[in-house]
Amino acid sequence: MRQSAGRASPTTPDTVVRIAGVDKTFARDGVVVTTALSGIDLSISRGEFVSLIGPSGCGKSTLLRVIGDLVAPSAGSVEVNGKPAAQARRDRDYGMVFQAPVLFDWRSVEDNVKLPLELMGYDGPRRTARAKEMLDLVELGEFLKHHPYQLSGGMQQRVAIARALSFEPAILLMDEPFGALDEMTRERMNQEVLRIWEATGTTIVFVTHSIPEAVFLSSRVVVMSARPGRITDVIDIDLDRPRGVATREEPRYFQLVTAVREALRRGGMGDELAERMEDGSGASIDRTAAEGGIG
Amino acid sequence: MRRQAVLFGSFALVVLVAWEGVKFLGGVPWRFPNALGLGIDVFHDPPFRWAFANDLNLPHWFNILGVLGQPVQRGSDESLGTFLAGAAFYTWREAAIGFVVGALLGLVLATLFVHSRLAERAFVPYVVASQTIPIVALAPMIVYAFGPSVASVVIIATYLTFFPVTIAMIRGLRSPDPRALELMRSYASSAWDVYRKVRLPASLPYLFTALKIAATASIVGAIIGEGPGGIPDGLGRAIINFNQSYITSPEKLWGAILVSSLLGISFFAIIRLLESLTLRGRAAVPEL
Repeated sequence: MRQSAGRASPTTPDTVVRIAGVDKTFARDGVVVTTALSGIDLSISRGEFVSLIGPSGCGKSTLLRVIGDLVAPSAGSVEVNGKPAAQARRDRDYGMVFQAPVLFDWRSVEDNVKLPLELMGYDGPRRTARAKEMLDLVELGEFLKHHPYQLSGGMQQRVAIARALSFEPAILLMDEPFGALDEMTRERMNQEVLRIWEATGTTIVFVTHSIPEAVFLSSRVVVMSARPGRITDVIDIDLDRPRGVATREEPRYFQLVTAVREALRRGGMGDELAERMEDGSGASIDRTAAEGGIG
Repeated sequence: MRRQAVLFGSFALVVLVAWEGVKFLGGVPWRFPNALGLGIDVFHDPPFRWAFANDLNLPHWFNILGVLGQPVQRGSDESLGTFLAGAAFYTWREAAIGFVVGALLGLVLATLFVHSRLAERAFVPYVVASQTIPIVALAPMIVYAFGPSVASVVIIATYLTFFPVTIAMIRGLRSPDPRALELMRSYASSAWDVYRKVRLPASLPYLFTALKIAATASIVGAIIGEGPGGIPDGLGRAIINFNQSYITSPEKLWGAILVSSLLGISFFAIIRLLESLTLRGRAAVPEL
């Protein structure tokens, strides 16, 4: 196993997620087709808001899924609350929010929020109380009996957040949750998710490809680059809290946005160089692999 | 619903008018002594003579309706209409049993195939092949195996029902968004929970589409099965009998066809009603 590259913060009792030396390769017929993640080390503390940012194909969604034990790493280890990720999943430590709300149209808004509670054996009155509390938290308390298709995209995503938080998971995993929303709604949802984060104290890992979003929300931004997917930089976001409309106009905000952009460009440049080099020698290796030579 | 009924009625009217229009142009001469009780003799000699429009091949529809009110046999006090309605109900019961058994069989098979790629690869080709055997070839074999009884007829109806349900439910049970399955995995839910909370509810629109096809197919299956099955009380025997007397009274067979299709439409409508009750509140409830 690889040693921690020193990028990750040291392990403390407050560490919620500890990722060490994680690789993820996808193989077809025994031949490695893609290296989605390579040598990932990362620690996340309780109550942190960590964003994963990078170009498409950098493995940020894969990393999120590895943390959530939806995808098994090819090498390395992932611990959540001091347990292997698989155990953490069985202990229902994860709340998931995807880019699409993934609400069930045969259930009312309330019943969608109740779904995980049903599965986890909450009794009827507790389910009702939790669903009401969570929907109040996302300010949809008046829409209990509505059906998902009667709500706007932003409202549906808030229902998904309420559902993810309903059973008080240790960690909230969000995969580009606002990527499908328009810019105005997105900024409102950013504010909303900060308010919820501050109200609940949940640890959040947030995948995005929006630099302003990552800077505005996070306590740390993890910058990734593609082929192979790896962490190239971790930037601490020291903006004051609570953050609001004024935050987006502070000089420090713009400095940090620039810092993240430059970190991404550095990662991206390396990427382009690697690609140019692959055009010479890498392509022939691929061809040999396709013909079944390597495996 | 009302709009649909109006459209359905209007189209029926168009068909009836076209029907009589064809006979007016190319049927056999009409004679109505004392038409409409007015004491006028009406006689019409169509300008053409088309074989398909003569009274044997295309009886006047009012004669078809009329024969339904007449005794089923000379001297009988039961009208043809009542007789056919009773036969239709009898056939419907056979079809309905086959329908329920076939739907359950289809559900079980689809569930198996969705959870086992191996089973799917091994058995789906046979499920498909089973439907390429003509039912007229298979029906006598089933009757030979299970005896001339209602059971044979039910098996034939089942045979025609399970197929659309199997195929549609494989699709329906696989229809949930992959992320919905990831979500369920993140809740550490069992395969059974995924099935009853996500796969099954997501598949219901597919199920009802298949059930509507199966409803009409099960009735065709029951009618066909009643012939070799030797069931005297259903529409199948009535159709065979009226076939034999077609030269002398074609209206009776047309009447039996009319009742058969009304039976099919009614069964379809029942499923459609169940569908709209079950899927109420969902985003897209299909029109048909």
